[in-house]
Amino acid sequence: MTCVAELASIAARIRARVVEMSHVAETPHLGSSLSCVDLLVATYWGPLRIDPKHPLDPNRDRFILSKGHAATALYVALAERGFFDPALLDTYDTDGGALPEHPGLQCVPGIEAATGSLGHGLPIALGMALAARIQKRPSRQFVLMSDGECEEGSVWEAAMFAPAQKLDSVTVMIDYNKWQATGRSDEIMALAPLAEKWRAFGWDAVEVDGHDMAAVLAAISREPDGSGRPRVVVAHTVKGKGVSFMEDDNNWHYRIPNADEVRKARIELGQPEATA
Amino acid sequence: MRNAFAAAITDLAAQDERIVLLSGDIGNRLFDTFRERFPDRFYNCGVAEANMTGMAAGLALSGLRPFTYTITPFATTRVIEQIRVDICYHDVPVVIVGTGSGLSYASLGPTHHSCEDVGILRCFPNLTVLCPADSAEVGPALEAALGLPGPAYIRLGKKGEPAVHEKPPVFVVGKGIVMREGTDICLFGMGTLVSVALAAAKELEAQGLSARVVSMHTVKPLDEALLADAFGRFRAVAVVEEHSVIGGLGSAVAEWLARRDGPHPPLVACGTPDAFISEAGSQQWMRERCGLTGPAVAASVVARLGASR
Repeated sequence: MTCVAELASIAARIRARVVEMSHVAETPHLGSSLSCVDLLVATYWGPLRIDPKHPLDPNRDRFILSKGHAATALYVALAERGFFDPALLDTYDTDGGALPEHPGLQCVPGIEAATGSLGHGLPIALGMALAARIQKRPSRQFVLMSDGECEEGSVWEAAMFAPAQKLDSVTVMIDYNKWQATGRSDEIMALAPLAEKWRAFGWDAVEVDGHDMAAVLAAISREPDGSGRPRVVVAHTVKGKGVSFMEDDNNWHYRIPNADEVRKARIELGQPEATA
Repeated sequence: MRNAFAAAITDLAAQDERIVLLSGDIGNRLFDTFRERFPDRFYNCGVAEANMTGMAAGLALSGLRPFTYTITPFATTRVIEQIRVDICYHDVPVVIVGTGSGLSYASLGPTHHSCEDVGILRCFPNLTVLCPADSAEVGPALEAALGLPGPAYIRLGKKGEPAVHEKPPVFVVGKGIVMREGTDICLFGMGTLVSVALAAAKELEAQGLSARVVSMHTVKPLDEALLADAFGRFRAVAVVEEHSVIGGLGSAVAEWLARRDGPHPPLVACGTPDAFISEAGSQQWMRERCGLTGPAVAASVVARLGASR
């Protein structure tokens, strides 16, 4: 496994590219993409058993970005992980291109589900978990969701089903950045206390600092404890993480950075050289 | 028909170990045999249809062949987004099975009626829409759906539907089954209303009009050859369905017809009205109210012939 310092530098590279892509393609959801980068890196460079050379190996683990609006972070992570040529990232959101603003199924190798509408990733992952059990395969399933997404009823339908079937091959990560599109996620809906809700539904819930790479790695790598409870990692994060003038400022849910802001962001992230 | 479904899915599961049955807290004891024989391939998913439908997509993405099963409005319109995104956009071979379609659950009220499902579902790319006519068509329909590379919706009645076939017919997706030949009128029945179309044909015969009857079990893709033949040589063509006149087989045929050039015989669309039927009542009472009986369909055809003469 790659060391934590190395993971941090991969995360910084991904963030810089994500900021740049938002600028070039003029696409929103930058704050949401930046908040989940460390979770993505911890998973893809951590416990997720995948082989970019055999992206459809039936025994692979599955990762679903249920918060599909953070697609740029996923695309860059997959390119960095060797699933496809990073040059393809230049075609993001271009006419006729393979990389839309929300990922399509296998639109590039490594995308396990089409997401964008919230509340869909977990039920799909549970189906994959049932399939692994039926087919006697060792696969684990990782789902990355947003906090606002937890307002969808389908999430709680799935949350009730998984412990009933003891689907402990499933690990959910919640990118709890405390914001949704138009306001504080704990104010618009009674989301808090989020970990307690999952615990009450029968999940093995842990809370971590979602930017503490070692803590995230430990939380998602832990083997099932034998109780049959699936695991949920409530990751406290900061929307816009990594760029000082974007952090915890919800304008960056929709705002597009200009060239000067991209330059400043890249310098802050220690990646002054533009790629695009 | 639901008993025929339970028997057929159990037989198929014995032959094909990819089959997984997901039920939405329905079919008490109906699947006992299936559960006993294939305990790891049956899941009661509770009163949580969105999760059930999403899970079916996940199972199919892993190479299995899941069937979802519950009362039609809860298998379809309740989870329309899961069907659209998780199943149709992913283009995975999930078979959605709705039981108690149309007005089968008449007395339970409009919450349990489904007269819009076909209209909504046939809009979705990749989805095949199958409406078997009776218990004998159920097994062949399941087998046909299993043979498809993508998703399918199968619209079933409930129980006690009149048999229109003596034995299981040859069932090919997209090919209507000619139930009886005729020369004046062509009646396309959808699903359980093939029996009503057959009754209407008898009525017409008594009035000197010879009617062909077709079980148009596939609403999508349409059997265009059979339609072209019907509109080419009959004096009138009628569609009979326990579905709204908006969106169902009648609409599908009208859309097809509108894209063709030249004159054509009249299309008589017999279906449920654009209204909720909120009064209590039996399925038969509601069919009578909607003009969905043999004599009423025959009368609609005759009236239209008179008007267009």
